[in-house]
Amino acid sequence: MDTLLELKSINAAYDDKLVLKDVDLKINRNDFVGIIGPNGGGKTTLLKVILGILKPISGEININGTSIGYLPQINKIDSKFPISVRDVVLSGLMGVKKLFGRYSPENRKSANKLMEQMGILHLKNKNIGELSGGQLQRVFLCRAIISDPQLLILDEPDTYVDSNFEGELYEILDQLNDHMAIVVVSHDVGTICSHVKTIACVNQTLCYHDSNIISQEQLAAYNCPIDLITHGEVPHRVLKHHH
Amino acid sequence: MNSILELFQYQFFNNAVFAAIMASITCGIIGSYVVARRIVFISGGITHASFGGIGIAWYMGLNPILGAALFGVLSALGIEWISKKTDVRQDSVIGILWALGMALGIIFIYMTPGYAPNLMSFLFGNILTVGSLDLYLLLGLSVLTIVIFALFLKPILYVAFDEEFAKTQRIPVQFISYLMIALVALAIVLNIRVVGIILVISFLTIPQTIANMFTKDFKKMILGAIGFGLLGSFIGLLVSYKINAPSGATIIFSFVLLFVIAKLVQLALIALRRREGIKEVK
Repeated sequence: MDTLLELKSINAAYDDKLVLKDVDLKINRNDFVGIIGPNGGGKTTLLKVILGILKPISGEININGTSIGYLPQINKIDSKFPISVRDVVLSGLMGVKKLFGRYSPENRKSANKLMEQMGILHLKNKNIGELSGGQLQRVFLCRAIISDPQLLILDEPDTYVDSNFEGELYEILDQLNDHMAIVVVSHDVGTICSHVKTIACVNQTLCYHDSNIISQEQLAAYNCPIDLITHGEVPHRVLKHHH
Repeated sequence: MNSILELFQYQFFNNAVFAAIMASITCGIIGSYVVARRIVFISGGITHASFGGIGIAWYMGLNPILGAALFGVLSALGIEWISKKTDVRQDSVIGILWALGMALGIIFIYMTPGYAPNLMSFLFGNILTVGSLDLYLLLGLSVLTIVIFALFLKPILYVAFDEEFAKTQRIPVQFISYLMIALVALAIVLNIRVVGIILVISFLTIPQTIANMFTKDFKKMILGAIGFGLLGSFIGLLVSYKINAPSGATIIFSFVLLFVIAKLVQLALIALRRREGIKEVK
C-alpha cells in the first residue's frame, strides 16, 4: 500500500508543555481517518505537525512530497479581510502556481465548476464577510480540494455547518475518498464514526483503531460526549476494551 | 485659482506636491496591507521606535532619516521575529519598543552639543521643507513598492489572509512576512518628513478606511486609498500654505474631513438602497 505520510515517535510541545508524546501515525492512499479526543488533547497540534506548521521537538516525519489540502477551523479566519470568494478558492492553487504564477482560464474554469458543485457559484464575487458560516465552510472546502491533493485534512469541518450541508459534506468526502486520503478532526463522534474507515484517539498519546466500529455501538450504549474518552492511567469511562 | 498656479513657481512647492504624490502612493499601497492585516498597532510601534534612530543619527552627525530607516526596519523585523518565535505577548513588546524609541530619541537629541533641532518638525512633519534626498528616497520606495506588489500581489494577499494555509502550500511565508514588515517600516520612516511621527499612522489608515467603505476588493482598495490620499494631501497642502500651519496637521485634518463626508455618503447610499427595497441576501 502506498504510504502518503508517516509520523514516527513524534514528541511535540509548546514551551515546556508536552502535548504529543511518542506518537506514531501512518496514512496510506485511500485512508479515511477520523481523529477524536478531548479538548486540549492535542488534535490540532497533531494536525499542525502533519501540515508542517509546528516543528516537533523530536521524531521523524516522512511526507514523500505528498500534496496536502487543508481546511482550517473557520473561526480562526478573519472574515472582515478584503478578499472575494473566488480569490479564496483560487488561493488553493498557490502551491501549484508558486510566486509568479498567473491563473489560467482552465484554473478559473475548474474553480467555477467546483463552486457550482458546492452551490456557491452565485457568491463568487462576494466578499467573504458577507457569507454565512455554512457558506464560508463550503468556500474553504473548495480551496482545500481545488488543487486535487493526495491528502485532505479537515479541522472540525462540521462546526457552523447547517445540518443540511453536514450530510452533503460527508457524501462529498466519501466521493473524494476514491482518489484522496482524508484525515478529519471532529467533536461530533456520532457522525464522524459512520463515515470514516479508521479512528485515531488523541490524548497526548495516540491510539489507533483499525476500524470505525468500536465507538459506534459503545458510544451509543454509553451515550457519552466525546470529551469523556480517556486513555492510559485515567479510568476508561467510555470504551471498555481500550489499550 | 491664479494664486494656486503661481505657487508652482516656487521650488519648495513643487517639491511638496511631488512628496504628496509619493506619500499617497507608498502609504496607499502599504497602508492597505496594514489595514487588511490589522497591524495598525505594530505600525504605530515601528513609527515611534524609529525616533530612537533619529536621535542617535543626529548625535553621530548622520542623516536622521537614514538612522530612522535603520532603526525602524530593525525594530520591525524584531517585532515580527519575537511574535513568531517566542511566547511573549506581541502588544506588550510593541508598547515597550514604542516608549524606548521615543526615550532614546529625546536623550540623544538633548545630548548633542550645540543647536538642538526643532523636535516639532519630526513629531508633526513639514511637507514644505522636504529636501531632494527625501524625494529621491520616496521615489525609490514608490518604485520598489509598486514592483513588489505588481509581481507578488497574490502571495502577499494570501499570506496576509491565512498564513497557516499558505504554509501548507509551501509558499515562503517567512520571507514574505519579513519583506512586508520591512516595507511597512520604510514607508513609515520616509513619510515621517512629510507628516511627522505622530501623524504618519493616519496616512496609513484613513484613506484606506475610506476606500474600504466603498469596496471590499484589495486591489480597488489600494487604488482608492491612493486617490483619497492624493485628494486629502493636496487640500491639506493648500490649507497649510494659506494659514501657515504645519502641513502634517492640515493633511490629517483634511483626511478626517473626507472620512466624515465619505461616511455620510455611505449612509445616504444605504438609505437610498433601502428605500428601493430590502435586498435579498442570497
